[in-house]
Amino acid sequence: MDTLAALGHGFLVALTPYNLLWSAIGVTVGTAVGVLPGIGPALTVALLLPVTYGLEPTSAFIMFAGIYYGAMYGGSTTSILLNAPGESGSIVTAIDGHAMARQGRGAQALATAAIGSFIAGTIATAALTFVAPLMVKMALLFGPAEYFALMVLALTTVTAVLGSSLARGLASLFLGLALGLVGIDMQTGQARLAFGVPELLDGIDTVVVAVGLFAVGETLYVASRHRFETEEIYALKGSKWMSREDWSRSWKPWLRGTLLGFPIGTLPAGGSEIPTFLSYLVEKRLAKKPEEFGKGAIEAVAGPEAANNASAAGVLAPLLSLGLPTSATAAIMLAAFQQYGLQPGPTLFDNNPELVWGMIASLYIGNVLLLVLNLPLVGFWVKLLLIPRPWLYAGILVFSSLGAYTLNNNVIDLVILWVIGLLGFGMRVLNVPVAPCVVGLILGPLAEQQFRRALAISQGDPSVFLTHPISAALLIIAALLVIGPMVLRFRSNGAGKGAGNGTGKGDSASPSGSHPAT
Amino acid sequence: MTIRMPGAVKGVLTAAVLATAALAATPSLAEIKGLEIIAPASPGGGWDQHARTLQQVLQDQKLASGIQVVNIPGAGGTVGLAQFVTAKKRSPTVLVGGQIMLGAIVTNKSAVTLDQVTPLARLTGEYTAIVVPPESPIKTFDDLLKKFKADPGSVSWGGGSAGGSDQILAGLIAKAVGVDPNKVNYVATAGGGELLASALGGHVTLGMGGYSEFAPQFQAGKLRAIAVSAPQRLPGSDTPTLKEQGVDLEFVNWRGVFAQASAKPAELKELQEAVAKAVASDEWKQAVKQRGWIDLYQPSAEFASFLKQERAQIEGTLKDIGLVK
Repeated sequence: MDTLAALGHGFLVALTPYNLLWSAIGVTVGTAVGVLPGIGPALTVALLLPVTYGLEPTSAFIMFAGIYYGAMYGGSTTSILLNAPGESGSIVTAIDGHAMARQGRGAQALATAAIGSFIAGTIATAALTFVAPLMVKMALLFGPAEYFALMVLALTTVTAVLGSSLARGLASLFLGLALGLVGIDMQTGQARLAFGVPELLDGIDTVVVAVGLFAVGETLYVASRHRFETEEIYALKGSKWMSREDWSRSWKPWLRGTLLGFPIGTLPAGGSEIPTFLSYLVEKRLAKKPEEFGKGAIEAVAGPEAANNASAAGVLAPLLSLGLPTSATAAIMLAAFQQYGLQPGPTLFDNNPELVWGMIASLYIGNVLLLVLNLPLVGFWVKLLLIPRPWLYAGILVFSSLGAYTLNNNVIDLVILWVIGLLGFGMRVLNVPVAPCVVGLILGPLAEQQFRRALAISQGDPSVFLTHPISAALLIIAALLVIGPMVLRFRSNGAGKGAGNGTGKGDSASPSGSHPAT
Repeated sequence: MTIRMPGAVKGVLTAAVLATAALAATPSLAEIKGLEIIAPASPGGGWDQHARTLQQVLQDQKLASGIQVVNIPGAGGTVGLAQFVTAKKRSPTVLVGGQIMLGAIVTNKSAVTLDQVTPLARLTGEYTAIVVPPESPIKTFDDLLKKFKADPGSVSWGGGSAGGSDQILAGLIAKAVGVDPNKVNYVATAGGGELLASALGGHVTLGMGGYSEFAPQFQAGKLRAIAVSAPQRLPGSDTPTLKEQGVDLEFVNWRGVFAQASAKPAELKELQEAVAKAVASDEWKQAVKQRGWIDLYQPSAEFASFLKQERAQIEGTLKDIGLVK
């Protein structure tokens, strides 16, 4: 009940017209920076820090929280409409979201993303309110061995995005793993595959790769076909609103995405991409029509979008309860706490309850504001798709290039974007799926680091992965996810039935598929 | 193409502005116009915070106007350094940097070094704390040394990036207590939250990082500091120093600002004076205190000789650890 009273007081703080105004400014700015690839919430908060110096800390943090949540909303917009993910948490959204947009269902994709984000954000904020300390305690149990197992589990996502040809899918995955090797090896400080280019030493940015493969590659492909194919129009089909079927296919993914996103968000090395991958995998395994995945399944937008918003709330749990910054934005917020002379850390709740609870209350309000801001915008955004094709694609190229440049103010990123874009074009022509490449790029380096850290700590004893219970459990789930469908297919083949579509439709694999959510 | 103002004209103008300022009996020197501060790191880190604090103070103290902070992250600051060295700027530009850059220049075999920039001032520093979770069997630094000497591999040292300050200090400690620095089982993390989490969760034997970064955890009793690399105990803290505990070492993770080597003497003097005035202001002192930094200001000449000494030590240690051949 103490928590409720404190939260109630927090609402009194956040609902003053003055703070509401800052929350509204925050979510609007956040949505805008989420839309722009390259400019993330971290940079925005850093830029605003000096400006907000004169503000009350509570108002400033209410605005920062709005920016943070807003960026998570905005990131999905460009993913869906332009195939250019604004944030790394929206990469998965692009796969089916953009496919929906091309079928004239962009409005529904945007709507399920916005409503899913709202629901996930609200539930996860409630979780942040009531179980944050418990979640953080759990998160600290995760050491390198456990993280490695989690990465392995997330890597099984690749089975859901491999496409129809195993060889092509794996080629794409290994390309991603190789790209992930570029840069300084974290454990030894040695450069790998950098070819003496200092800009490559920090590795290749995942957003640049995703935008290159998805947006630039696709654009070049469309341009190359332009003269031969009649222009299909991405006109809006039917109503702008989600149909009854859309709702019934979305609500479960929203909830499951939230269940995956929040706990993984609290993990100090969890990241916003991993829950989106897992959500995609779970949804495909549970879907009634898994063959639609990759071709515009609404579940594949609803789940991952809910997951990335829930993970955004998860990130705040260790920040507020322990002073642990687990993402770039959280690190800046920590710096902001210090700017105001506040001591972030285990004592923040006791010493500055007004600020903490005001901020948490503002998250609930921000979520409502974001829904109010985003749903009407859907109608406006989808009109973008009515722009004549050559203009639209030229715009996408300019937009992607700008985003890549603003990332680090570095021309090299533009070169990387275009090289990757050409690669993406080649892959598109050869019918190689690009999603496994992105999965490999993001998860490969994380898995490798954690694997080597775990072995360094155990002095080379590989049994750590099985003697740690959490790690062992995660590895077993991963093994079941991979082997389960294979066994099922083998059996059904044996029974004289035709082979599955290469991804395993098995409904009986679903119980194991739903495990990571619990 | 942009038109560059010839240095001489600029010098005359500066002098004229200075003279006007003096005539007008303004106590402070003229504002530097359009100063650019390069933070060779992403927003949020130490270098970025220094750049932005400096920006704020220079602006508020009317020492410079139209100041821009530009983030050029990458490779331990060497990407920013390289751009800083080669850039031809119309307006004065300074670069924030620190100890990690020294190590990164060597480990990354950077084409540019600090020889190609002019040290402007050392600003602040942080002393490193060695921390363990409260339930750790290691209660004192002595316990740690016993375990370390008996079986070096059994102690995992969690810290920031490979070849960074924490690993260098670990190597220096090993050397000082007679263990081969190459045997240090160093576990590099991304620092910040990741390091804090692995220390709090007891996943590494000990954690290393800036004292102030851990301070809130000390107060809450979630972590214990068993040694600090300062010359004497820090104010308000009873953590014993390495020296007190028989390891003759002092180690500070410093940060400073650099000017371009191409800067004209008059320009350099202007920048030095502006930085000197900024760090002497109450505003700077308060910001330093709030962020838990320690004011270790050194003007240009002293900073240059400090750097020379520091470089030799860091490069030597990186060889001992085996990161650099």
